[in-house]
Amino acid sequence: MTATLLGQPKTLAPDRLAVDGRVETIDGAVPALLVEGVTKRFVVGRSKRPVLAIVDVSIRLERGGIVGILGANGSGKSTLIRLVSGLLTLDEGRVEVFGHDLGREEMAVKRLINRVSVDAAFFKKLSPMENLLFAARLYGLDAGRARGEAIEILERLGIARKRVDRPVEQMSRGMQQKVAIARALLTSPTLLLLDEPTTGLDPRSKLDVQAFIEDVRTNHDTSIVLTTHDLDEADRLCDRIAVLNEGRVVAQDTPAGLKRLVAEAHGQEPTLHNVFMTYTGRSLDDDVEEDADDAADTAD
Amino acid sequence: MTLLTHELKASYAFIERNFFLTRRYWGWELAFLVYSAAGALSISLIGAESGNPRLLLTLIVGAIFWNYLSVVFSWIAETIAVERWEGTLEYTMMAPVHRSTQLLGSVAYAMAYGVIHTIAILIAMLLFFPDLAAANANPLTVVVFMVLGSFSFVGIAMLAAILPLLYVERGAQMTFVLQSVLLLVSGVYYSIDVLPGWMQVLSRLSPATYAIDGVRRGLIDGVPIGDLLGDAWPLVVMGIVMIPVGLWAFGRAEQYAKRTGKLKRVG
Repeated sequence: MTATLLGQPKTLAPDRLAVDGRVETIDGAVPALLVEGVTKRFVVGRSKRPVLAIVDVSIRLERGGIVGILGANGSGKSTLIRLVSGLLTLDEGRVEVFGHDLGREEMAVKRLINRVSVDAAFFKKLSPMENLLFAARLYGLDAGRARGEAIEILERLGIARKRVDRPVEQMSRGMQQKVAIARALLTSPTLLLLDEPTTGLDPRSKLDVQAFIEDVRTNHDTSIVLTTHDLDEADRLCDRIAVLNEGRVVAQDTPAGLKRLVAEAHGQEPTLHNVFMTYTGRSLDDDVEEDADDAADTAD
Repeated sequence: MTLLTHELKASYAFIERNFFLTRRYWGWELAFLVYSAAGALSISLIGAESGNPRLLLTLIVGAIFWNYLSVVFSWIAETIAVERWEGTLEYTMMAPVHRSTQLLGSVAYAMAYGVIHTIAILIAMLLFFPDLAAANANPLTVVVFMVLGSFSFVGIAMLAAILPLLYVERGAQMTFVLQSVLLLVSGVYYSIDVLPGWMQVLSRLSPATYAIDGVRRGLIDGVPIGDLLGDAWPLVVMGIVMIPVGLWAFGRAEQYAKRTGKLKRVG
């Protein structure tokens, strides 16, 4: 069994992972995530040319690191997350998670990852606890232990114990998103895919989640891919950032490296806002407005 | 933990989740029960009006056990539709669980739910028709054909579950079309002899034809299972053939959905 996320020490040495019921040793040099030359096309009509959603993308995430993916709406961030999650098939390239090839060892990869998407998807009539227990069982966790850990994680995220047995539909969007994060963390993923996890959260909830992400990374040896529109969040949390534009990685470096790049190559003030503007050709405000519209549509 | 233990645990996840859903939607479940009982009674009263006790029993058995088979079929076929509607499909699909495991859990719950549902309708029938003569019934035959009937329906239900996977907006409704065709050709309320010749060919391909005929003959005439092998073996063969076919087809459909991005859609 892999490590628990809160309160308890890890049950495995940091150079071992549980895969398919086996504990296997991994080479410290193996990256947590290797995306190499990945391309994804979607056919949108018989007479139309396929849409290139992701084009020759390569990203490497070292173990215990956080890589941020920035990009405008429609740039391919969520598609990339879905490709790594195995929810979309690759047209070209390869994805490896801790050395396991997604195509050939899909089940092994699935055991190592979990994902939080921008829309908290649950059985809305069920309670957070019922939803979390379902997830826990799917990932082979003991239900009794999962129940205790779920309460612990939810409380850490600011959801009181008395709320865990009420239907999810009675919770605010922010609280639902926290439950989604708890669901992912409960399964102790060694690679966590966070697709705009703080979008739509109030400032306090956003800080709670960000602090929790830092805690998970620091204390629990989880490697994280984070897509976000919050540039301060990216700056605070990410070791490296890849900027996507129209499915292509147009810049990739540490936050400091990217800021230095726009300052040196483009003579701009060294901020991530300027990095975003320079490489996506788009105002962040435009993007956030679109997000708000999307969220409103979803709520409707 | 062994792989088998993991898969069994994961399979139980679907049983438990479906139980939670049934419990939360208890009002709807009650309404559905009333709807099912009313439908079964409406059909049975045609037999009562005719004054023919055998026709009455034939219709009652048809109504009750078609209800059982259709409930089992619906739970399996709607496995995907429910997840798509709730928006959880992607999360379930990316969990480290084989589709066969998901199927095992769904079938186990469907059978348990179907039995309880059927008993409730049976009680409603007995209240309306207290003088039902079932003294000759052979319970073993009835149970065996219920189990075989469920088993043989699994593969077809898996094929039906593909529809909501591929057709986001209307896939769930299309499973009803399949269900209604099975009802038409399977001799649920009448002998298949009254059907046109080409429809009788379809009857022979429907597991419900054999399952309901077996239950009817066991319940009304008390025929032992040993004398109904002609009804039993097609059900066994259909289960053995159709379950792998259903799993294979579902796997292909899942790959297609992953290639085209159809798992993402919610609605």
